[in-house]
Parts: sequence; C-alpha cells; structure tokens
Amino acid sequence: MATAELAVVRTPAEEAIVERYPAFRARQQHWGGAAVERLREQGFAALKTRGLPNRRVEEWKYTDLKALMPQLAERFDGFSQGLVERAAALRPHLAVGDATRILFVNGCSAATLREQGFVYGSVAHGDDPRPQTAAVISRERDYADNAAVALNSAFMDDWVFLRIPAGTKPDKPLHLEFREIGDKPFATYPRVLIVVEDGASATVIETHDGSDGVAYQTNSLIEFEIGNGARVEHVAMNAAGDKALALSTVAARLGRDARFATLTVTVGAAVSRQQLFLAFQGEGSEAQVRGATMLRDKQHCDSTLVINHAAPHCLSRETFKTVLDDEARGVFQGKIIVAPGAQKTDGKMAAHTLLLSDAAEANAKPELEIFADDVVCGHGATAGALDDNLKFYLMARGIPEKDAEALLIESFVAEGVDSVEDETLREALMDVARGWLKARE
Amino acid sequence: MPAVQETVDQVKLIDVDQYKYGFETIIESEKAPKGLSEDTVRFISAKKDEPAWMLAWRLDAYRRWLTMREPTWARVDYPKIDYQDLYYYSAPKAFKAPKSLADIDPEILRTYEKLGIPLKEQELLAGVRKQGEPSTLDADAGGEYRSGNVAVDAVFDSVSVATTFKEELKKAGVIFMPISEAIREHPDLVKKYLGTVVPTSDNFFATLNSAVFSDGSFVYVPEGVRCPMELSTYFRINEKNTGQFERTLIIADKGSYVSYLEGCTAPMRDENQLHAAVVELIALDDAQIKYSTVQNWYPGDAEGKGGIFNFVTKRGDCRGKRSKISWTQVETGSAITWKYPSCILRGDYSQGEFYSIAISNGMQQVDSGTKMIHLGKNTKSRIISKGIAAGKSQNTYRGLVSVNHRATGVRNFTNCDSLLVGDQCGAHTVPYIETKNASALVEHEATTSKINEDMLFYCMQRGLTQEEAVALVVNGFVRDVLQQLPMEFAVEAQKLISISLEGSVG
Repeated sequence: MATAELAVVRTPAEEAIVERYPAFRARQQHWGGAAVERLREQGFAALKTRGLPNRRVEEWKYTDLKALMPQLAERFDGFSQGLVERAAALRPHLAVGDATRILFVNGCSAATLREQGFVYGSVAHGDDPRPQTAAVISRERDYADNAAVALNSAFMDDWVFLRIPAGTKPDKPLHLEFREIGDKPFATYPRVLIVVEDGASATVIETHDGSDGVAYQTNSLIEFEIGNGARVEHVAMNAAGDKALALSTVAARLGRDARFATLTVTVGAAVSRQQLFLAFQGEGSEAQVRGATMLRDKQHCDSTLVINHAAPHCLSRETFKTVLDDEARGVFQGKIIVAPGAQKTDGKMAAHTLLLSDAAEANAKPELEIFADDVVCGHGATAGALDDNLKFYLMARGIPEKDAEALLIESFVAEGVDSVEDETLREALMDVARGWLKARE
Repeated sequence: MPAVQETVDQVKLIDVDQYKYGFETIIESEKAPKGLSEDTVRFISAKKDEPAWMLAWRLDAYRRWLTMREPTWARVDYPKIDYQDLYYYSAPKAFKAPKSLADIDPEILRTYEKLGIPLKEQELLAGVRKQGEPSTLDADAGGEYRSGNVAVDAVFDSVSVATTFKEELKKAGVIFMPISEAIREHPDLVKKYLGTVVPTSDNFFATLNSAVFSDGSFVYVPEGVRCPMELSTYFRINEKNTGQFERTLIIADKGSYVSYLEGCTAPMRDENQLHAAVVELIALDDAQIKYSTVQNWYPGDAEGKGGIFNFVTKRGDCRGKRSKISWTQVETGSAITWKYPSCILRGDYSQGEFYSIAISNGMQQVDSGTKMIHLGKNTKSRIISKGIAAGKSQNTYRGLVSVNHRATGVRNFTNCDSLLVGDQCGAHTVPYIETKNASALVEHEATTSKINEDMLFYCMQRGLTQEEAVALVVNGFVRDVLQQLPMEFAVEAQKLISISLEGSVG
C-alpha cells in the first residue's frame, strides 16, 4: 500500500536542537552525575525522534509549538554586573511583600543563601543533596517526554533544590523570582525542585517578568515533592515580556493526607503554555488548582493540566477563569485520570471563558479518563460574552458602561483568585487584574 | 444472599456471549475477488451497472485513499486491518431485483424473520396483502391496530434485497430506494448531493467507502411533503471476511419532514469484520430530518474474540434556514465503535440535536460522540449523551462544539454523563469546545458516577432483585434519550439496555 513513511523535515528550531545539543552536553557533564545525565539524554531523545509537537499531536492541538517556535533562540550567555543591575531595576508586576527571595536572572540563580527554615542548594554547584533529595532527582517522571519538559531537561545548566525539613514551616513565603533581561532573543531553562517533607508546610510564590519587545524563550520546570501530611500553597504570576514565548511546567507529587493549592495568574507573554502534572500517590490528599488568565491583542495562553488520581480517597478541584479581548486566544486542556482502584475519588473541573471581542477565540477540552467505578467526577465548561442583564442592572443604577463591564470582569476573575489565603498577596494579585482592566479603557 | 436460580438464568440468557442475532444464513453468494485494487472498484461499479461518472468518482476516491493513513487518535485498540484480506462485494447468488417474494431466497426471508423485522412488511413483500388492506395478522392482534407504518429497505451484505411501500411513498412523491437504483434512476439528484456533506477526501474510512460502497438507502422528500411513514433500513452482514460499506443519502427539500430508522446485526464469528458506512443528510430551508439508529452488530465474545469494527462517518448538513437535524442512537453492539454523527449548522436559525446511549460490555471499545459545527447565525445545538460501561469495556465520549466567528447568537447545551458498572471498565469524556464569537453561549457539563447505592437499596427494599433495580436505575438514567426514539424502536432499545447490562452486575 502506498502509505510510505514521510521523510522527516526538520524546522530550523528542530535542527538547532539536534546541532547544539552534543556540545552543550559535553560542557555540562561535570555536574549532576548519572541521574542528571539520564534525564538529559531522555529529553533529547524524545525531541530528536519526535521533533517539536504540531497540532496533530493531541496534547498540543491548540498550541502548535512547531509553528510557534520556528527558531530556537541561543541560550543566554554573557552575564555582567550591568545585566544584574538592570534585572534588579525591573519593576515586577506583582508586588510581593516580605518574602525570602531567590532571584533567577536569565535562568540562573543569582543568590546563594541559606535561610533558616529550609535548605537551599544548586546541584550544578556541587551542593550535595541529601540521599532523599537525590532519590527524588533520579525518580521516573511520566511527563519526561513532554516536549517542554524534554527541552528543559536537555538544556538545563543548573538545578536548584530546596528542602523544607519535616514538621517545619518557614516564617516567610518563598519567592522564586524569574527575570529575563536582554536586547536580542535568548533562551533560558531554569529548573527547581522543592521537597516539602512530611508534616512541613510552605508558601511558594513564582513570578515571571521580562524585557518587552524581545522575543526571548523561557522554559521553566518546577517540581514539588510533597510529603505525608505536608501543605503547600503555590502562586504563580506570568507577566513575561510582550514578545516572549513562555513555557512553564509545574509538577507535583502528593503523599498521604497532603494539601496542595496552586493558582496561576497570567497577563504576560505573546505565547504561553502552562502545564501542570499532578499525581496523588497517597490516600486522603486534596488539591485545589486554579487559574486566572487575562489576554489581549494577539496573546495566546494554553493551560494544560493532567490530574492523576493514582490513589483512592483523594479530592481535586480545578477552576479556570479566562478573559479574552481583541484577537487573543485562550486554551484550556484539563484531564482528570482516575486510575484502576482509585475508589472514592472526587474530582471536579470547571473552565469558564469570557469573550470580550468577536475576534477572540476560546478552546476548551475538559477531559475525564476513568477506570474506577466508585467515584464522583464532573466537569463543566462555558464560554460566552458578559451577561447583558447584569450590565443593564448596574447601568440602571448610574454606573457608566465601561465601569459596569470592569466590575463584572473583576468579579469574574476574583472567583479564581479568592482562594489565596494571604490577604496582602490576594490584593496584590487583584491589583494586577485591575491594572489589566485599566489598560482596557 | 445468593441470587435465586431464576435470576441466574435470566442473567445468563442475556450476557455478552448470548448475542441472539449471531446465527449465520447459509446461502450461496457471489463475491468480488478478494482484496482491493482499481479492478475491485471497477468490478463493483460494473455489478451495479453504474454510469461512467460514478466509476470516475469511485476511482478518484480510491486513489486518494491510497495516500491516506488510518487514524489513530481514537481511544480504541485493535489489530491492524489487512485491507487486502477482505471481500469488498458479496451478494446472494442469482440475485435479481425482486418483483415478488418468489424472487427472494427463502433463506433471506427467514433471516429477517429471525431478526424480528415486522412480519407485516414481509407479508407485503410477499404480495400476500395489498397496501392499505388490513393485515391478517392484525385480526389476531385484536383488529384495531393499523399495520405497516414503517417502510423497510433490507440490506443483506452488499445489496439491498427488498424495499417495501415503494408505491405508497411514490404517491406522496417520496423517493425511497437502494442507492444503486437511485444512481441509475435519479442521476441528477445523486450527482447534485452525493459527497457534498462527506467529501470523498474526508477521512480514511469515508474515502474507502466512497471507492467501494455497494449499497444503502436513498431518500428524497420533495418540497413541503411530510413523509407519511417512518422509513427504515435494516443492515445485515452475513458473509465471512466481508466488509460492509453502505452509503445512505437523505435529502429533505424545503419544508419537508422525514424520520428514518436503521438497525444492524451480524453473525457471530471469530474473525473481526469491517463495517465502514457513510451517511449524508441534507436539510434545506425549514426541513427536518430525524435519524435514529439501533446498532447491535456482533460485539465479539466474552474474551473479545471476533466482533464488528464499526467505523462510520455520519454527517448532516443543515443547509437551509430554520432546518433541523436530529440524531438519536442506541449503541450496544460492535467490538470497536468509531462513530461521530455530526451536524453542520450552515443555515441561519438551524438546529442540531444529538441524543445517544452507548452501552459497552465484555471487551467492547466505544469511541463515539458528535460534532456540532455552528456556521450560521442564531443556530442552536443540544447534545445529550449517556455512556454506560460494564465488564472490561472502554467507553469514550468524544465531541466537538465549534462556533465560527461569523456565527452570532449561537446556543449550545451539552450534557454527557457516564455510568460505570463494576471496577474493570473505563468511562472517558473528551469534549472539545471551540468558540470564536463573543455572543455565543456554550455550556458543557459532564459527570461520571457509579450507580447510587441508596437508589439500589431503595428499589431492592421494595422487593426488586439487584438486576431489576440496576435496570430500573439505568433506564431512568437514559430516559432523556429513549424518549427521542420512535415508538417501535423505543421498546426494542429498552430491551437492549437491560440485555447489555444485566449480565454484568456482580
């Protein structure tokens, strides 16, 4: 039959991956040992055989990475005092209060600190992780072949790890601050591992800011290993530069009776792909996954979740709110997997999109994959314009149309942000939302 | 308490391996040479006495098919199909267009009798009774019941063996005949509409069908006519190693209405058999088409051996303003199902509906759903899907709702629920929602759960057995869909549901 194998035609970006990797790998071989080497090779192999995913690859159906990333930017090289000063001068979108800061300038951690309450180190700088941490570093990752993760694995040049010792709680939140500064396109691949030991708790804030007008590519991977009875609150803010291609992945593994809450607020980047891989490994754990995305112009943001209920008696709630103006494009792909035997799972996923313009586009794919019979799982998805009745109600009370719209949009977004426990942080997040609304006027 | 003997027997009677349509009819048949090539396509076309344009159309499809790949995105897993190891045409030997019952092989008639195709229609086929006369069978039934409200087209392997009520339909101006006849008798209509909803290059299986389709039904309802009776086609695969590729084309002209039913069965065989049909519906201004399917192809045995691969492309085009197409399906058979009856809502104010019950048991794999493509202004769609997985089966709902950026005022409501019976099966939901217009209101909800213990307890406490209680709860669960079926099918479907499910309660 004439269905011959198609010849592999690589894009310039795919060519660059294949060409640059061997030399890069040779330069990086001095650190990390076999575990890092294996991850790097696994990532590269996945990229080499499959290339970058296009829209025919189901998980990338709405974000055609092959088309969106035609060139692979050179990885950043050339730190200088001036650059660090420029980074420090960049005004971040989110006003984070008192926190322990770990600043990443163009993907590299610029600070070396050992704050009380947690252990911090860099695998590349030879900070010897404890055997437990080493075990986490070398563990199997079912998301390892994901294109964004594979790219990060292949090209990481450091791996920052943090450990919150058992039963402790740092008195200040931890702030991972990513700043991308430059005048011409560059690429960064920061990677962080956070081990929250049994009974410990932590608040982790992750912010991404960067130079406008530069088509930089950033690809971050943050992994959480959450022990039995541990609690983690994670808040991420994507305010990357207006020409940036921002890939970011959060992976979390929860032990028994653990709690994990994560919220991602997105206003930045030209193209974003935000992934969450969450796995319940022990019984009785709960996760709250939320997102609030506000896009305009031709921005594109893809939120992709894989929630794997591998253990019974766990609960997850996913709530995503997206506001789209102009020609923006919002994508939500959520998948709840209930493994065989994961009885009494309770999963609910909701994706709501508000379209403010006829040129905007919303794509949603809330998926359920269920292999156990005694479960309660549901998903809902809606897309539509602002409710005219609500608008009329406000306008009838003398509120001008624009203000009425702003109020309604704000309350729509607030539902996603309300869950944040820290009042100051919650207000700071709402300020970003209000700032976005103000720019609409 | 162990189940009483009566219950055990009852359950046994209706388990997967008790497929009751699994018999084989022994008749001589005439086949095309095994395998697929341009010659096969020419053979089929010649057999059907087709005009040259039809052959050219088929050959074009065949050449396209050669360049295509079998899709792999569906959540189904099956051994690779060897397309050269199939017969693409099979017809009962010495087959002529029957003028009366005497022309039809008695074996075939017995087959349809066993399948429970209404006897009265057969009586008509046999010419025992004139149309409009009361049936002698009615006397036994009490006399009052007027028979013959369904016109039947019976398709056996690759050919249509009989179409009833042709005359009566003709009076109303309705054309209902095998598509092979329509190509000869109404070439203009066929040429105008064939392949306009599902183009020859649409997908792997549809393209294959375009090349080798052998028969199917053709319906044309003229302007302003309400079709006086339900139209029905009964498909039967009989021959071994034969693929069935039927093609159905239904056109409802302006302001007309038609309701069409189809039923499918096949013998039990250890080998898998391929069924790749294409159904095209076209509704012009203010027209309405209601299409109902009860699909009960052989599902394979308890170990997953044998069964039909059901790879079907069904699509309706609401071409006219205020037109409406409604799909209702009850899916209980087939080893593998790959089927997405869709509506293209092109005309302003047109409506699409999809009501589905998909029940999987044993080792069955179902990947089914719908597509609602909103192109026109103020178009509406509604999707109600109920999936029930039992045994070791996998049951997936996959559906698309898309709103074009010019389609203002669109409304969609989707509700898809899954029910799991037992802990060995899987139920999956994969909805795609693509909105490009701010005025659209698209709502989707889905739930998955197991049968509520409290409900079961409540029923059993009142003296129902566990099986009865489950059947009752399940029937309640699927009621929304059953209500959409024409009366004749609703009863059959209800029976099918208890058949498919009761065996698996454990």
